[in-house]
Amino acid sequence: MSHDNHPENPQRRQALGCLAAWSGAAVVWTLAGGVPRALGATTAGGVAAADKNAFTFVQISDTHIGFNKPANPDVVGSLRRAIADINALPQAPALVVHTGDVSHLSKPEQFWQARELFGELHVSRVHTIPGEHDALDNGLGGYLKAFDHDGKQRAWYSFDQGGVHFIGLSNVLDFRIGSMTSLGDEQIAWLKKDLRGVSHSTPIVVLAHVPMWMIYPQWSWGTADADQALALLRPYGSVTVLNGHIHQVMQKVEGHIAIHTAMSLAYPLPKPGQSGFGEPGPVTVPAGELGKLIGTRQLTVVPGRNALALIDTPLERAPVNHP
Amino acid sequence: MKFAVLLIGFTSLSSSAIGADVHVEISKFAFTPSEITVKPGTTVVWTNDDQTPHTISARDGSFASTGMDTGDTYQHTFTREGDASYFCTVHPFMTGIVHVRQ
Repeated sequence: MSHDNHPENPQRRQALGCLAAWSGAAVVWTLAGGVPRALGATTAGGVAAADKNAFTFVQISDTHIGFNKPANPDVVGSLRRAIADINALPQAPALVVHTGDVSHLSKPEQFWQARELFGELHVSRVHTIPGEHDALDNGLGGYLKAFDHDGKQRAWYSFDQGGVHFIGLSNVLDFRIGSMTSLGDEQIAWLKKDLRGVSHSTPIVVLAHVPMWMIYPQWSWGTADADQALALLRPYGSVTVLNGHIHQVMQKVEGHIAIHTAMSLAYPLPKPGQSGFGEPGPVTVPAGELGKLIGTRQLTVVPGRNALALIDTPLERAPVNHP
Repeated sequence: MKFAVLLIGFTSLSSSAIGADVHVEISKFAFTPSEITVKPGTTVVWTNDDQTPHTISARDGSFASTGMDTGDTYQHTFTREGDASYFCTVHPFMTGIVHVRQ
């Protein structure tokens, strides 16, 4: 994991300093003209209204509908709590994106239950991409019955909303023995074609389940051909890649490409190579701790800035901001 | 007669016996044991003890399970001699091999 500290932009450091002072309270940051300012904070979790013109959306991930083991016996309850939080946001998000592992076992009833639950979100659209848990049986056949977003019976697609070009990718079908998953040549060729009509000044948001950089090969936490896709995105001024899979927040910033993994809404996973954890299995935490380790992310496009403003909010309030 | 019974008793203890299923546990994202040797005609039974689903998929595609939830089992009977290398399609770092020998 590497961070771009933007030494030419001292406001970023300043923002981090401010955050430390606010830690533990509910704070939403926005960035206007490069100057970060807190929008409002209360211990009750209420937040003052943001710029009404800003385009904002929410990322949720790894809901694992159907999971019922000790690490989280009530994943539906966790998702419902997140939905209530999202519906209560002072500035309504334009859409919600889900970065994979909608289901735990690719069962039709799990896909349809998830779809029904997403219907409780007060947004016009919920866009999903598949995780490997959604591709356990019959490839993505079951997933696509519930979540075929453009009617083309494939898991990758793009759309434009709020001046942003969104690209949904699938990197969960091509796991090879002893190796990483990959996007595959067909999808990369499609991406190249898709980007042809997109100007370099258009902000781009890419959704992909498995991280698009090599976080921890021992657990297959990486995408073998991610660099081929990122090379196609490099000419663009603002690229935000949103991943799931590892159930924790990590980021890598490379020039104008920022890659972020998200919390799950089901259960935490260990940190890569964390002492005492030999495998990336669900971590059962003491009662009362789970809500601090699962949650949602709000993203806001800030005109004039390359990076989107991100706010990660666990279900048990204590938002973690990163500019 | 007594000798024959003893002989059967002995061979059923061996992991390479015909007619006795051989068991492989899936636990902590690993197959245990990850390498086994069986005789042709042996059925191998995998059981998933993890909270996470796993699959059993032959490298050459000759056998494959669907997603196995906690407690689920999958079995496959190996009829021909050879080496069957397999892995979990969602955690490809999980690998195992079945040597089928006369």
